[in-house]
Amino acid sequence: MKGINLMLKKILRCFSVALFFLIATSLSANAEFKVGFVYVGPTGDHGWTYQHHEGRNAVEAAGMKTTFVESVPEGADSERVIRQLAQSGHNIIFTTSFGYMNPTNKVAKDFPNVKFEHATGYIREHSNVSTYSARFYEGRTLLGHIAGKMTKTNTIGYIASFPIPEVIRGINSMTLAAQKVNPNIKTKIVWVFTWYDPGKEAEAAQALIDQGADVIMQHTDSTAAVQVAEKAGVWSFGQASDMQKFAPKSVLTSIIDDWAPYYVERSKAAKDGTWKQQDTWHGLKEGMVAMGPYNPAMGSALVKEVEQLQKDLASGKVHSFTGPIYDQKGNLLVAEGKTADDGMLAGMKVYVKGVEGKIPE
Amino acid sequence: MGSLIKIEKRNDISNSILLFSPVLAIILTLLSGAIIFYFLGFQPLEALKIFFIIPIADLYGFSELLLKATPLCIIAIGLSFCFKTNNWNIGAEGQLIFGGIVSGGVALLFYNQEGFFILPIIILTGALGGAIFALIPAILKTYFNTNEILTSLMLVYVAKLLLDYLVVGPWTNPEGFNFPETRMFSDSARMPLLFEGLRIHAGIFIALMLVALSWFIFFKTFLGFQMKVSGLSLKTARYAGYKGKKTILLVFIISGACAGLAGVGEITGPIGQLYREISPEYGFTAIIVTFLGRLNPIGIIFASLIVALTYLGAESAQIFLQVPKSIGQIFQGLILFFLLASDFLLYFKVKFLITQKKNEY
Repeated sequence: MKGINLMLKKILRCFSVALFFLIATSLSANAEFKVGFVYVGPTGDHGWTYQHHEGRNAVEAAGMKTTFVESVPEGADSERVIRQLAQSGHNIIFTTSFGYMNPTNKVAKDFPNVKFEHATGYIREHSNVSTYSARFYEGRTLLGHIAGKMTKTNTIGYIASFPIPEVIRGINSMTLAAQKVNPNIKTKIVWVFTWYDPGKEAEAAQALIDQGADVIMQHTDSTAAVQVAEKAGVWSFGQASDMQKFAPKSVLTSIIDDWAPYYVERSKAAKDGTWKQQDTWHGLKEGMVAMGPYNPAMGSALVKEVEQLQKDLASGKVHSFTGPIYDQKGNLLVAEGKTADDGMLAGMKVYVKGVEGKIPE
Repeated sequence: MGSLIKIEKRNDISNSILLFSPVLAIILTLLSGAIIFYFLGFQPLEALKIFFIIPIADLYGFSELLLKATPLCIIAIGLSFCFKTNNWNIGAEGQLIFGGIVSGGVALLFYNQEGFFILPIIILTGALGGAIFALIPAILKTYFNTNEILTSLMLVYVAKLLLDYLVVGPWTNPEGFNFPETRMFSDSARMPLLFEGLRIHAGIFIALMLVALSWFIFFKTFLGFQMKVSGLSLKTARYAGYKGKKTILLVFIISGACAGLAGVGEITGPIGQLYREISPEYGFTAIIVTFLGRLNPIGIIFASLIVALTYLGAESAQIFLQVPKSIGQIFQGLILFFLLASDFLLYFKVKFLITQKKNEY
C-alpha cells in the first residue's frame, strides 16, 4: 500500500515537473531580446505615462521587441509585475515611477543578468540598477522668462504637487528667470498633493486666477489647468506633453519629456553588452527636455530671445541657478558669479526670494 | 395584450442550486472570455491559458495568488457579518486605511527596536483602528438614523486624506527627500515570511483563522442564528429576542476589525512602510468577493482566490498578449454579471403568457 502511494506521488511529481517545464519553455522558447516597461498610469494621449510610452514606441521602431504593463499601482502589486517581466525573459526593464524604487531594487537582486532602469529614484543597491531623470528645471527657466515678459499683473500662479526637491527646484528656477526680466514678479503657489486629479488641479488654477495670477503653470499631469486658463483668458504652459491642442489660445509653449533617445540608447547598450550602471540627469542639451511650439501671441522678438536662451542653457553658457540667489529670508544661497552644483539642486528644500508662502511640512 | 413575459418565484430551490449558480457563472465567464479573445484576434484557448493558468503555474505565481487573495478574504469575511444582517458597510476601504494608519503609527513608534511583542501589538491596534473607524457609521445609523451606505463611503475619503496628510507631513521619512512615504518598518514590525524568496506571509493564517471563526459563529452559535433570522425577517428576529442596535454595532465592529487586519497585513507584509496607496481598492473589491462567495466563509475563500486570479491574469495578459488592463476588469464584471443573472434565472422562472393562455384556457 505504502509502495503504491509512493509511486503515485512520484508519478504525480514527474507530471507536475514536466508541466512546469512545458510552460516555462513555451514562454521562453525564443530567447529574443526584449525590453519591458512598467507604467504608473494608462498610456492615454498626454502626460507622464504617455511620454514614456512614446519612448517605448521609439525602442520598438529601432527594431527591438517591447512589452508594457500599464496602470500598475505603486503598492504591493508593482513588485510582482516587475518580477514577471524579468522572469519572462525581458533583458532590460524600465520602471517609470518613483514609487517603484524599492520593488525595482528588490527584484534586481534576484535577476543579476537583467538590467533595471528606474526613473526619478535615487537608490541603486545592485550593479544592475541604473536611475535616470531629466533636468526639467531648465525648461522651467524658459517658462519663467516667458512668464516674466507676458504677465501684466506681475503675478504667476503655480500648481505644485508634492514638496519634494524636484518640484521646489522647478518653482525656484522659474521664479529666478522671471525676476531677471521683471524684478517685481511674485510667485503664488497652491499645493494639491497629487500628481493627477483634474478636479483639484482645476480648482487650484481658478483659485490662482482669482488671486490675480495671469500666467498659470503646473507640476501636475492633467490638462485641467490649461483648460481653465483658456476659459479665463490667461496664459498657461503645457506639462510633460505638448498641450497646445487642449488650449490653443492660452498655452504659450510646453515642457516636453522626451525619453526616446535615452530608451533607445540604453536598450541598445543592454543588447550589445555595453550597458553599465549610471545615474543619468539629462536636460536641454541631450534633448531629454524639449520645448513645444511657441505661441505666436508671444511676438517674434520674445520667441527669438527664448530660442537664444534655450541654446545658451543647452550649451552651458547660461545656468538656471546662477548667483546671487537669496532665500525668502534674504540669506545668500549662491554667491555672485557662482552656479549651484548638482548636489545642492538634488536636495533643494527652500524657496528663493520672490516666492510667496511657506513650503508645507 | 399587456406584457408577454411574466416572472415568477420558484418554490423549489434546493441547496445544490446555490452551489451550481457560481459554477455556472464561471463557466459562462470563461466562454464569453474565449469569445472576446477570439474577436481580439487571439487563440481563445491559448489566451485563457495565459489569463488563468500561466500566472499560477509555478510556486511563485501560486504564492502571489494567495498573497493577493488574503486581504480580499479577510475583508470579505468581515463584510459577510454586515451583509447577512442587512447592514450595508461600503466603507471597508476606509477602515482598511485607518487600521493601516493606526498600526503603521505603532510600527513607526517601535522603529529600530527589537521584541517579540511588537508585531502582536501592531496587529491588535490595526484591528482596533479599523473597528473604531467602522463604529462611526454604526453609531450614526443606530442613534441618528443616517444611511450607513453614505456615511461609510464618505469616510473612505476621510481616511485617504488623513493618510495623505501623515505621509506628506509629520510621518514622512526624514532621509527620503520629502517624498510622500514613511521610513521602512524594522524587521520586528514585519509579518514573518512563510518561505524564503516568496512574499507570502503569516497574514494568511489570520485569514484562515477568521474563516474558521466566522463559520463557527454563523452555524454553531445563537448569535449566528439571530443574525441569519434578522437578515431574513427583522420582525421574526425581534420575537426571538434579537436586539437590533446591539447587533448593528457588533457587525460593524467585526467588519471594521477585519478590514483593519487586512490593512495591517499589507503594510507589515509586502509593503513594509506607509505611503499614499497602501491598498489597490481591496475594500471595494471585497464587496464583490463577499457576494460571489454567497456570504459563506468557505465560499468566500474560493471567491477571493478567483477574484485575485483575475488581477494576476490581467497582468499576465498584458505581458504576454499586450492587451489593455481593462481586460481584467471586464472579467471581474462578467463574473458578477453572470452570477447575478444565473441567480435570477435559478430563483425565478420566466413564463411566456401567450403559450400559457393556450394551455390554461
